[in-house]
Amino acid sequence: MITRGFKSTRLRGDPSRVPPGQYVTNDFPVLSAGPTPRTPLDAWSFGLRDVHENELATWRWKDLLALPSSTVTVDIHCVTKWSKLDTQWKGVTIDALLEAAGLAPPTPYLTAFCDGGYTTNLALEDLLDGRGLVAYEYDGAPIEPEHGGPARLLVPHLYFWKSSKWVRGLAFMEDNEPGFWETHGYHLRGDPWKEERYAGD
Amino acid sequence: MRASPIRWLSAEVLQIAAETPRVKTIRLAVPGWRKHLPGQHVDVRLTAEDGYQAQRSYSIASPPEEDGIALTVERLEDGEVSTFLTGELRAGDQIELRGPLGGYFTWTVERGGPLALVAGGSGVVPLMAMVRHRAAQASHIPMHLLCSWRSADDVIYRDELALLAARGDGLDVTHTLTRGAPAGWRGYTRRIDREMLLEILTGPDARPIAYVCGPTPMVESTATLLVSLGHAPERIWTERFGPTGGGS
Repeated sequence: MITRGFKSTRLRGDPSRVPPGQYVTNDFPVLSAGPTPRTPLDAWSFGLRDVHENELATWRWKDLLALPSSTVTVDIHCVTKWSKLDTQWKGVTIDALLEAAGLAPPTPYLTAFCDGGYTTNLALEDLLDGRGLVAYEYDGAPIEPEHGGPARLLVPHLYFWKSSKWVRGLAFMEDNEPGFWETHGYHLRGDPWKEERYAGD
Repeated sequence: MRASPIRWLSAEVLQIAAETPRVKTIRLAVPGWRKHLPGQHVDVRLTAEDGYQAQRSYSIASPPEEDGIALTVERLEDGEVSTFLTGELRAGDQIELRGPLGGYFTWTVERGGPLALVAGGSGVVPLMAMVRHRAAQASHIPMHLLCSWRSADDVIYRDELALLAARGDGLDVTHTLTRGAPAGWRGYTRRIDREMLLEILTGPDARPIAYVCGPTPMVESTATLLVSLGHAPERIWTERFGPTGGGS
């Protein structure tokens, strides 16, 4: 339906990089459901858990930093319609975590758990082959708490709520059970190129 | 299990009213609308003649008790959707929208209180839906609304809020002006701070539910202050408008 009188006034993004319904911003807007949690680094850890919530592997902050790191430059897409191009992140890939733990993934789904009680569900295949990172630097500096520091998940090929802030670990699950945002109406997977914004899209 | 998609609906503009020089309220008839919860939003989609589309999210200002919905939109100078909605749109026009969307920043009287609502600028919009819902339900749940504005000219819903507060049924409304006040202003004239939250809001002992909505720095500092005052983090709900983010 044509909207009477509406004309674009924005520079349009490159359609090969900006998914449908998104616009490019140079800012870095913030979205979260509650207060920003602040866990001191000496009390921080990142864990991998099995389906019964038993710890399979745990890294303290300095252990995580000692793992082989990757630096990536990626475009990120928030379900609230902004996209930000060429963002640079440093962290540890999920592949590297599994390798360091000597683990073969036991199930096809995981839930990311976070300070503040947030969770988000992810398929294993969306995290492997370098597609998922536990990021601890943004643009060459530690990630600020309001942007998810000390560490956030980075899964840039999905809408950015999947890149959970304040991540503290991943737990394997047998089934693809919805996390916090997914329970509140957002899509179970969240592929921006398919505009999977809300449940049912 | 697959949820059914939230469809795009065609909405007709019934009325557009200026709230302030930069803010307008747009009343819409939306055939096929499913009742919303106070605090929810819609996605608006505009389509240019060449097929270009733009989408943005806007909070619903009206309560579910009213027919149709009202959106209150602030004009942002670089916002192609907000400048259209507040500048070009006329009664009788059609726009596309879908919703209601967003399931966490919501409140109904069934959820109880007491309530501590804190707004920065147009962040008051989803909170206004809660205020209006409470009034429509003739609820006496204690509700404090603290609003921060740049100047007296920026205040949205001032008369309606004053009328609702004058009912004496447990709603208190406080405004603070951060960039200068008119002569005779007796209210606060500073940014929201610890002392203001202590003076205005129900204390943590009564375990209020807090909803904080506004620009990111204001939400960030208010939520952090509430936690430091002893409010339970799991009873603080936030919605943030980034510099170009939701609500633009």
